[in-house]
Amino acid sequence: MNIEEINHLAKLSGLELNPEQTKQISKELENILSLVDELQSVDTSGVEPLFHPIAVIEALQQALRPDEATEGNNRMSNMLSAPAVHEGLFLVPKVIE
Amino acid sequence: MNWHEKSLSELSQAIFAKEVSSVELTQYFLKRISQYKGLNAYLDVQEELSLRDANFADELIAKGQAGPLTGIPVAHKDVFVTKDWKSTAASKILENYLSPFDARVVERLGIRGAGMVCLGKTNMDEFAMGSSNENSAYGPALNPWNTQYVSGGSSGGSAVAVAAGLAPIATGTDTGGSIRQPAAFCGITGIKPTYGSISRYGMIAYASSLDQAGPMGKSAADCGLMLNAICGHDQRDSTSLRREPDNYLRLLGKNWSETAQLPLQGLRIGVPEEYFAQGLQEEVGQAVRAALKQFEDLGATCIPVSLPKTKLSIPVYYVLAPAEASSNLSRYDGVRFGYRAKEYKDLTQMYERTRSEGFGAEVKRRILIGTYVLSQGYYDAYYLQAQKIRRIIAQDFQTAFTICDVLMGPVAPQVAWKVGEKSKDPVEMYLEDIYTLSPNLAGLPAMSIPCGMSTEGLPIGLQIIGNYFAEAQMIQIADHYQHVSSWHQLAPSSSVTSSGGSL
Amino acid sequence: MSQTNWEVVIGLETHTQLRTQSKIFSGASIAFGAEPNVQACPVDLALPGTLPVLNQEAVNHAIRFGLAIGATIAPVSIFARKNYFYPDLPKGYQISQFELPVVIGGTVKIQLDGQTKEVQLTRAHLEEDAGKSLHDDFVGLHGEKSSGIDLNRAGTPLLEIVTEPVMRSAAEAVAYAKELHALVMWIGICDGNMQEGSFRCDANVSVRPFGQKEFGTRCEIKNLNSFKFLEESILYEVQRQIELIEDGGKVRQETRLYDPDRQETRSMRSKEDAQDYRYFPDPDLLPLHITSDMIDAIQLTMPALPSTLRSQWQESYGLSDYDVALLTQSKSTADYFIDLLKLIVADLVKPAANLMAGDFASALNRDGMDATDSPIRPSHLAQLLQRIQDGTISNKIAKDIFSIMWERGLTSPLAEQGVVDAIIEEKGLKQISDVGALEKIIDQVLAENQKSVEEFRSGKEKAFNSLVGQIMKASKGKANPSQVNQILKDKLTN
Repeated sequence: MNIEEINHLAKLSGLELNPEQTKQISKELENILSLVDELQSVDTSGVEPLFHPIAVIEALQQALRPDEATEGNNRMSNMLSAPAVHEGLFLVPKVIE
Repeated sequence: MNWHEKSLSELSQAIFAKEVSSVELTQYFLKRISQYKGLNAYLDVQEELSLRDANFADELIAKGQAGPLTGIPVAHKDVFVTKDWKSTAASKILENYLSPFDARVVERLGIRGAGMVCLGKTNMDEFAMGSSNENSAYGPALNPWNTQYVSGGSSGGSAVAVAAGLAPIATGTDTGGSIRQPAAFCGITGIKPTYGSISRYGMIAYASSLDQAGPMGKSAADCGLMLNAICGHDQRDSTSLRREPDNYLRLLGKNWSETAQLPLQGLRIGVPEEYFAQGLQEEVGQAVRAALKQFEDLGATCIPVSLPKTKLSIPVYYVLAPAEASSNLSRYDGVRFGYRAKEYKDLTQMYERTRSEGFGAEVKRRILIGTYVLSQGYYDAYYLQAQKIRRIIAQDFQTAFTICDVLMGPVAPQVAWKVGEKSKDPVEMYLEDIYTLSPNLAGLPAMSIPCGMSTEGLPIGLQIIGNYFAEAQMIQIADHYQHVSSWHQLAPSSSVTSSGGSL
Repeated sequence: MSQTNWEVVIGLETHTQLRTQSKIFSGASIAFGAEPNVQACPVDLALPGTLPVLNQEAVNHAIRFGLAIGATIAPVSIFARKNYFYPDLPKGYQISQFELPVVIGGTVKIQLDGQTKEVQLTRAHLEEDAGKSLHDDFVGLHGEKSSGIDLNRAGTPLLEIVTEPVMRSAAEAVAYAKELHALVMWIGICDGNMQEGSFRCDANVSVRPFGQKEFGTRCEIKNLNSFKFLEESILYEVQRQIELIEDGGKVRQETRLYDPDRQETRSMRSKEDAQDYRYFPDPDLLPLHITSDMIDAIQLTMPALPSTLRSQWQESYGLSDYDVALLTQSKSTADYFIDLLKLIVADLVKPAANLMAGDFASALNRDGMDATDSPIRPSHLAQLLQRIQDGTISNKIAKDIFSIMWERGLTSPLAEQGVVDAIIEEKGLKQISDVGALEKIIDQVLAENQKSVEEFRSGKEKAFNSLVGQIMKASKGKANPSQVNQILKDKLTN
């Protein structure tokens, strides 16, 4: 993987890598990818993906929650660990649209 | 009294007989925790809070409202969120994080549930990603058998706590072997139940379709006791199974076949040939075969079976788990909780710096791989392909189970390695997971029980894999073995553990 | 300049907030206007260890919509994660639906310039809304300019409705948007409050020379929350694209925002183009199964749709296009009319429609209310119509009685039965139909209006009307008009 691809990947992942880290990661990712490329050796035509493991024995269905407002105002405890708060709002560096 | 050597039922009996109070028991373990803190098993200990809970437990006991676990201390892997103790998932990005709610597992076991007393949060690999506990932002947990060696991971802290007598029992989680492998490396018993048996609500997510909580303790019977307390449907977890939970101890002591003479007569044990192929350390192979021989002595029959995709489970896992993780970890951005970088010039940099500074190297690697395999152009070839092979792996198990009742083999290709020995090459460590990954992919229950010792004095574990919902049988089988063997009763010598090792 | 005949191609994506008590994946309330973050629970904040659970009513609303537009409701649909970073998106991904949405296909009929057109829909799917960024200049941790994030809205259930690119003008797009807006309110799945953001449109706009098969490059104009802005932005964008191409340039595929002050669209951050959402099925949610039993149960509770009512009423009662359009302009009006129909015979239906189009509609408008809130109930209109039909009162008197009932009804609720009769009695408004009584009045008026009599006899038709007017005045409006006409004609021609 070249530097550009790694940088693009890092951006998508919300990560910042310095040039040294980029080089290191590039090697590591290549190793991992060659491990992972073995997947291509398997013929999976006609096989459905298994997104939920138990689906192999029973057809699972999403449960439906009754439509009720069950949560009260717990703003204080919910925001206890917030790094920057002002009048009940989470603060972040200005978002430019 | 050496309370740390007692089983859960022995502790419970002692409590009921008023031989010891919950407060005394808790103080006992807190003292040991402090004594052996060099092992780095715990990340957060709050003595007053534990004693507060112990007092409450003693009140319940006095009122006659106690159950089989009331007043007994427990340690929780730091992946379960708790209101009163910090929850960090062994990461810098969650340093000092206090959750406004308790995980379901913590609720069920806690003072208003089964009545257990929390001793604290145990060390682990960061975000459960690792097989040695060396990926913790707070230092590795050390193997109490020899502190120069790793404890295994990701539930290293919990394994060490139980093995070194720093908790009677502990909770762990297993995504690719993270309960079974540290249990094997530390000489204790650990169970990963059928996927969906235990609610994931409050369990910091790594790979949603693979993560599952489970007990880590001294014996199969002890683990069964904890399973009874924590299994069951939780409507806050959509993947939580809606069936009635089993009584996992219902077959304890019973013979496999009612009419037979020998306890395990009629039991067919499948032995996957791929688990004994090249790569398996000889000592491990020998110990496992010796254990299989003992099962035969108990009346069971060993049948060779094949799980042809065993080796392929490694790339399948290392595509799926990082993929889900890369998405699950996107919420760690310094906006609403957790660590935020100190210097940044705009929003984007705040995100990128926070995450790059807050996450360790292995976590970043897996996020990058996960992002890669989900990205445009690669999704079909990697992610979708892996999910398809996953189905084949699950089907292969079903095929095997047509001719056997359980599968047995080693937990890991080797015993614990030295701290720092394998940290250079991530792939080298991934290969160590070869025997434990497939049950997670298929959602099958699997457990690890001690079955031997290497010549260097490091524990060896035997893996038992059952079909879906077969945990009661697995505990039954393991318990019979634990009645004719004493590997699970060995404890590391106190001289080793008290030295604490070098940190 | 160029002689190209340009064809405009428009597709709309509409985000409708669903009318539920709680969020789509958590039990927090979705009521509008609360203090920041008091309706953001741990699941909405994406705190570590939280998981989504699907709201039943959101699914029901999706089924309702599918039924209303004649779409296919997927027996199995899947929730997928759409991954990207933004402060108003707490999880770093939005739970949406990608490959297998809950509703597929369907059509919405629109009326434009007297023509009916069918707009094909591609799909509709369930997803969660994001939070809000407030861009006032807050001061951050290190003194930096900051935005404030309010996550009350995060997790509000949305139904994203997507059309095929079949609209060919801004007018068509607006007609569709308005029809869709009325429909989602009609079937009760959305409150349609555009100011509060309950109904937001994104327009995909491109142009191509007439006759060309391939589509031109399209731009997406996001977050239009009024029909006016929808129209203005499309018109601007079409013009912009045409001018760009005619000047030799190429349209770049991008996302744009509409600036209503400058009345122009402008490009959003160009980083948008690099977005790779890495969709994959959400492992925290299981496949959504919708059975035919579930659909049937919902179907039973569905109201008749406006188009169905319109055809029914035209067929059964011969009402005009105008009549039925008015009666189905809102569900409250239609429901009112349906109740009224239960109380009257067939030949009163046309007069009933006229009454609702006339005095009733004016009164509702004047006092700013819905038919549901009207002080005059269907039973009162039924009584009124019956008394006109049986000759007890004239149309003119009926209008007076209507006003009296309205005024009184505003102060305190009117009794169900007998109100009209009571007022007729109270005010002595009974129509005079007795020939003898009428002749007396008419004779009196004729005697007092010799001039008009002579003018009529000398050929002035208008004099007849003035005499009728005098007769009505003398009888205080109670004389039966058709009888008066008859008797007066007889007397004057003899």
